[in-house]
Amino acid sequence: MSILIDRKSRVMTQGITGKTGQFHTRMCRDYANGKACFVAGVNPRKPGEDFEGIPVYATVIEAKQQTGANVSVIYVPPAFAAAAIDEAVEAELDLVICITEGIPVRDMIRTRYKMQGKKTRLIGPNCPGIITPDEIKVGIMPGYIHKKGRIGVVSRSGTLTYEAVAQLMAFGLGQSTCIGIGGDPVNGLKHLDVMQLFNNDDETDAVLMVGEIGGSDEEDCARWVKENMQKPVVGFIAGVTAPSGKRMGHAGAIISGGKGTAQEKLEVMESCGIKITRNPAEMGKLLKSVL
Amino acid sequence: MKIHEYQAKAILQKYGVITPKGIISFSVDEAVNAAKQLDGELWAVKAQIYAGGRGKGGGVKVARSLDEVRQQAGDILGMRLVTHQTVPEGQVVHRLFIEQGVKIEKEFYVGMVVDRRVQRVCLMASSEGGMDIEKVAIETPDKIYKVFIDPITGLSLQQAEDIAKKIGIPLQCMSQAVALLQGLYRAFDDTDATLLEINPLGLVAGDQVMALDAKLNFDDNALFRHPEIVALRDLDEEDPLEIEASKHELSYIPLDGNIGCLVNGAGLAMATMDIIKLYGGNPANFLDVGGGATAEKVTEAFKLMLCNPNLRAILVNIFGGIMKCDVIAQGVVAAAREVQLTVPLVVRLEGTHVDLGKKILIDSGLTIISADNMADAAQKVVNAARIH
Repeated sequence: MSILIDRKSRVMTQGITGKTGQFHTRMCRDYANGKACFVAGVNPRKPGEDFEGIPVYATVIEAKQQTGANVSVIYVPPAFAAAAIDEAVEAELDLVICITEGIPVRDMIRTRYKMQGKKTRLIGPNCPGIITPDEIKVGIMPGYIHKKGRIGVVSRSGTLTYEAVAQLMAFGLGQSTCIGIGGDPVNGLKHLDVMQLFNNDDETDAVLMVGEIGGSDEEDCARWVKENMQKPVVGFIAGVTAPSGKRMGHAGAIISGGKGTAQEKLEVMESCGIKITRNPAEMGKLLKSVL
Repeated sequence: MKIHEYQAKAILQKYGVITPKGIISFSVDEAVNAAKQLDGELWAVKAQIYAGGRGKGGGVKVARSLDEVRQQAGDILGMRLVTHQTVPEGQVVHRLFIEQGVKIEKEFYVGMVVDRRVQRVCLMASSEGGMDIEKVAIETPDKIYKVFIDPITGLSLQQAEDIAKKIGIPLQCMSQAVALLQGLYRAFDDTDATLLEINPLGLVAGDQVMALDAKLNFDDNALFRHPEIVALRDLDEEDPLEIEASKHELSYIPLDGNIGCLVNGAGLAMATMDIIKLYGGNPANFLDVGGGATAEKVTEAFKLMLCNPNLRAILVNIFGGIMKCDVIAQGVVAAAREVQLTVPLVVRLEGTHVDLGKKILIDSGLTIISADNMADAAQKVVNAARIH
């Protein structure tokens, strides 16, 4: 099964004509079933053109109608990215993955408001994307470090997720699906939403959740896990040493008013029955220990 | 991005928010002249720094004569103001805001932040103004009222009135308070603010509701559409190394340890700091070189870390995805040569082209300590820092 995407997904790239969009569309197309999965691109100024054989359409709705695409990945620059999400939501796609970093919070508040009651799910923004190993990759993560397996991974960062995956692989543990939900304060799917999907997924046996300072996303998820989760969950939170009031790279990684500390998150997770480690080199080992 | 109180008040005034009359001054003479221009017999002399808690630190005084204004301005200008929000050595005061004194009858608190869970702007208000609101939130949370604002319709009349009543705004000031709250939200929304605080909001003689202090922070990601706000930036208030870092699109935050770390990705960079601490060391900085680091960027990153006189060792931790390890290795070698590295350097590479990257480091002839994983790297750099 996997979650959210699989070999049957059909993906369009919004912002396919930009340098980043082109590079990553190529990398994704070359991964596993990518050639069949990546079917369209969108650029309002370049309809009728193609990118290495992938047709470019003026609008999301047109790309959907012409190709049957149900998923979109967005590499549009920050000033226009929220509008790109809105367009994909209006076209009633199943899933939108927004890679773009640097979207104003005000834009995301409006976009999330408009998404209420709509069917489309959003991953990101400011995220590496999602991969179901050996089937499909929609995002910027290096595909080759993954292998198909039965561990779910959900994380707020990029390279720290790759680190987690590499540690799993060192123990021979493949992944069902890995999702980077992004480092912005206002985003789409949260740890909790992804955890629910993993809980219902027949091909996932256990979940590794990686969090970081800022907000209370991890705590919300932990409380849900305590009451509902049928599978083992382990976790790590980055930023025990992060100072208060400083934005640590990600727009959402900030301890404000004494809230959102790594210590607080780790304590809540532990109290909810999630095994945690304070050592980022032992995420794989910890997951292995609960199987 | 942050701005000063007097700048925030100037913005809020455009939205109909009433504040005491004030004039900004950069010298003692200017401060006295400002007081002369402002009618009355009472003045507030207020240090302008970005940090909060200025009053407690001795940065806000009340003057009852022009002589007192002169004396207090002299005391405050140039002082290193220490508050719970500044660095321990304090922040030098370069600007003074002279305000007409007002007779305060009651103080309230009003704040706005983006609520991450609800994904809307949250208006918070309390009858407990003038105090440390974080303390109020912990000790008497029932005294803080919250309302979430619809991003399309804005703060409604009903919501504004409701919250004003709850905090105890007297009936005769209700329409004023509602206008003020709605003005605050419009200002927040128009300027892409991420935080707004009026603490205190004052009930002033003559039944006027006034913003006696104002704090406004903005979304860095939205500054591209607010050149008028960027123009307010006061570089004296920022860490010079952070300014230098931002020029090179590096995310750098100095810390008080002695082990520099250079990492790609914010999450991994925090995890690297954490593991250094876990193995008994102390990180000297947070430094994320981002996804597209070039040799030049890595060199700049090294220069930044080396500005720290406490630096005893450096750890480079790279997980190459899109960024290839050989490119990073070339950058590290070039940087180590250019800056003539004098502290031990531990490098951990993983991911795309890792073998090629490691070979470049070995072939360079530089004394680079290679590490195989994060734990190994942390152990090696902590030891190196201890011995060096």
